[in-house]
Amino acid sequence: MFNTLSQIIFGRLTPSDFVHDPIMAGAGYAMIGGLVLVVLALTYFKKWKWLWRTWLTSLDPKKIGVMYLIVSVIMLLRGLADVLLLRTQQATNGSAGILTSDHFQQIFSAHGTIMIFFVAMGVIFGIFNLIIPSQIGARDVAFPLLNSISFWLFAAGMIIINAPLVVGEFSTAGWLAYPPLSELQYSPGVGVDYWIWSLQIAGIGSLLSGINFFVTIIKMRAPGMKLMMMPIFAWSVLCCTSLIMFAFPILTATLGMLSLDRLLGMHFFTSGGGGNPMLYVNLIWAWGHPEVYILVLPAFGIFSEVVATFSGKKLFGYTSMVVALVAITILSFTVWLHHFFTMGAGADVNTFFGIMTMVIAIPTGVKVFNWIFTMYRGRVRFTTPMLWFMGFIVTFTLGGVAGVLMSVPPADFQFHNSLFLVAHFHTMIVGGVLFGAFAGFAYWFPKFTGFTLNERLGRYAFWLWIVGFLLAFVPLYILGFMGATRRLDHYDPSLGWQGLFIVAGVGVLLICAGVAMQVLQVIVSIVKRNQNRVGEDPWNGRTLEWSIASPPQVYNYTVIPTVTYRDEFWEMKRRHHTIKPEYTDIWLPKNSATGIIVGLFALIFGVAVVWHVVWLVIVGVIGVIVTLIIRLTSDETEEKLTAAEVAKRELKRQTV
Amino acid sequence: MRKDKKRSLKRPIQVVLSSVVAIIIITALVYVTRGRDIPVLNPHGIIADQERNLILLTVGLGLLVVVPVFIMLFTIAWRYRASNTKAVYQPDFSSHKGFEALWWGLPCLIILTLAIITGIYTHALDPFKPIDSQVKPVTIQVISLQWKWLFIYPDQKIATLNYVDIPKDTPINFMISSDAPMNSFWIPALAGQVYAMSGMSTQLHLMSNSVGSYVGTSANISGDGFADMHFKVNSMSESDFATWTQKAAVSTSSLANTDYKKLAEPSHDSSEATYKLTDASLYNEVIMKYTSPGGSM
Repeated sequence: MFNTLSQIIFGRLTPSDFVHDPIMAGAGYAMIGGLVLVVLALTYFKKWKWLWRTWLTSLDPKKIGVMYLIVSVIMLLRGLADVLLLRTQQATNGSAGILTSDHFQQIFSAHGTIMIFFVAMGVIFGIFNLIIPSQIGARDVAFPLLNSISFWLFAAGMIIINAPLVVGEFSTAGWLAYPPLSELQYSPGVGVDYWIWSLQIAGIGSLLSGINFFVTIIKMRAPGMKLMMMPIFAWSVLCCTSLIMFAFPILTATLGMLSLDRLLGMHFFTSGGGGNPMLYVNLIWAWGHPEVYILVLPAFGIFSEVVATFSGKKLFGYTSMVVALVAITILSFTVWLHHFFTMGAGADVNTFFGIMTMVIAIPTGVKVFNWIFTMYRGRVRFTTPMLWFMGFIVTFTLGGVAGVLMSVPPADFQFHNSLFLVAHFHTMIVGGVLFGAFAGFAYWFPKFTGFTLNERLGRYAFWLWIVGFLLAFVPLYILGFMGATRRLDHYDPSLGWQGLFIVAGVGVLLICAGVAMQVLQVIVSIVKRNQNRVGEDPWNGRTLEWSIASPPQVYNYTVIPTVTYRDEFWEMKRRHHTIKPEYTDIWLPKNSATGIIVGLFALIFGVAVVWHVVWLVIVGVIGVIVTLIIRLTSDETEEKLTAAEVAKRELKRQTV
Repeated sequence: MRKDKKRSLKRPIQVVLSSVVAIIIITALVYVTRGRDIPVLNPHGIIADQERNLILLTVGLGLLVVVPVFIMLFTIAWRYRASNTKAVYQPDFSSHKGFEALWWGLPCLIILTLAIITGIYTHALDPFKPIDSQVKPVTIQVISLQWKWLFIYPDQKIATLNYVDIPKDTPINFMISSDAPMNSFWIPALAGQVYAMSGMSTQLHLMSNSVGSYVGTSANISGDGFADMHFKVNSMSESDFATWTQKAAVSTSSLANTDYKKLAEPSHDSSEATYKLTDASLYNEVIMKYTSPGGSM
């Protein structure tokens, strides 16, 4: 009687699910402790109202962008803490005895998932929110409320993926949870469910965000800005968001089928009963390979802006760059099978996908040459964004060769699932996406704060990162040649791998020092902000976002510019053309709590499904639907900023 | 004046510092790698040997792009640094048909070459393709379990656990399946890997060309005991292999279907064992288990 009642109320949750080993418990308590501290601080300083009004319910993409970045940075620290544990385990070959196999497997599964979904994706969406509207001469995104909902779904997914630190356990099936390992037969616990529902909820947020920015770029460009006049970053985002729109539904469907297998005992991907795990492997990579380009295309865009600005010169081969971006976008859907040449598809199929994969190297190579030639006959200023650019070209080219190497199927048979592969994709994602994000962060930071980042600390961070990066990943390439597979929590000492794992561990420590330096850089820059105050255009920028105030007004532009050139702002400065201020009424979206409430119900829904609490699942679903209906029936979603008010704000800004 | 002096000192210090760091990294890497076995580069089988050659060839082709990229990157960045006011400055120089044709063309040529090589070698080194040889091949059926490897020699009526003996210079036909989560069967010194999946039979053909003992690994995560799931491959002369099969065939423990069920239960067992095979169709039975509706799930 008591048992059935508790099952109805709590599903499969029991008190013992809160018991964890010391490391997980420590991480969990640290997180909860941090949260409690934040709550106390907010209460003490009476900042709740401010937080609610200026941030949580804001529909201003600049605010939402900052929130994305904050979540991503916290998740980066979590992902890094995971790495420290993984590499300590491997460098000591398990003799330290801090992790069991099970815990080790939970950590690498969490590391991969968090770094891709909650760091890399968060960073790119953060940057889209901050840059895209102002770069294309718009005041806002196409669907401001949808933008807020996307963010809160992302935040809900983030909370679900961290929940296992406190209650239950995480998946041990790796970041892509291949069945049959991820099926009920082999993973009956809540781990895989946490993984599924975290990604499902965050993934829907990503899809909505992708649609939002695609429409924003297509429909809201400033008058005169034809597609071939768009800044190349906007082009890269256009390509990236089209990939999101095509790829993320595949993820949603795949996760949906896996969850039906697990919840209702269906047989999509089980190894018996008519299921087919190979189908899952195909589907997940049909999303997963485009996902790689979803992450890296915006980074390409950032580097294109950075190298042109700091070379004081037009981007070399703009048309080639656009053609290359579009080619990569299309090709990225034709290569997914290279993730499993070893599944036995046969020589003809493997040859096709191998060649398609190497074909992608052509447009990518063209981009590299064009970036380098943007510096040719320029005046290159080696600020931190440029250092990241140089580091990117070096690592990305080397990682690219490793990628081409693995696109040859018989060579891949020797590298697949080895540490060589692990080193390769880290070279691309760290050296490409993360370095791109760092370059973009340093580049656009003054736009949103009004002061620059400390250059000296930025340089130190760069050097720590690049040396740490080499130390962390070159040993993994070598280990791959030695036959070391990924995801091993211990290995036969006679194989002689330990020395390389120790070097890799030292590399991780240097990377951590680099991250600490970056945190210090931000703190020092904020403290000494008065020494680094800059105006609208600190770098002699080329694109429209540099023509508006730093930090920008909520409406970005008082007068929407008319575009006649590719590097519009650069040409404006050259021709001494200024836009005559003219103040009109501006309509802005009102703050809305819909996003955060939808996120909250999605969170409730996710956790309830994981623990099989049926009544709470219903509460979550109904909550989301009712919240949306309430919002849809409301008419007053915008408010007017009068011309007089705009004039007052502009005047105030100019006198400061 | 003083600042100038500081400036002029800064560059040499940076150069010295970065050289020292580079030397330390290289020394450390050489120190920890020296004398270690690198099976992918130092193979002992004809398939792995060709795969190694293919890898080196591809890296060579890749260097045709990497080297010019690095040279261009650093010379252009240095030459057009902002402090070098003597360099030409052309802020509008943004397209050059010749240059762009060069770097669309050059990678196209390299990739075309590589594509042809890929087509040829992917077919030549298809793991499902039997090896051409005068010697009669040995068939070995492989089943990945939680967390052990079972090898069945249907013709010799032997089964082994966590080790596999093979005759050298003889084609080996591995047939691979799984009675556990998906795994990947990999012997780096002899040939690249192929997945092991339940309800399916994949193939790997290889041939060892020297006597020795090699490491075989699981390359795909398959659960808790995955890290210990490796096996030993002993390559021996044909006569040694014949002696071994005769001895093993009279092994005291036998492997019938019932014994197999016990063996297939999850366990962290990396010990080696030899069995007399009494159920010759065991491999097929394990596969069929997954292909009937309502079969083992």
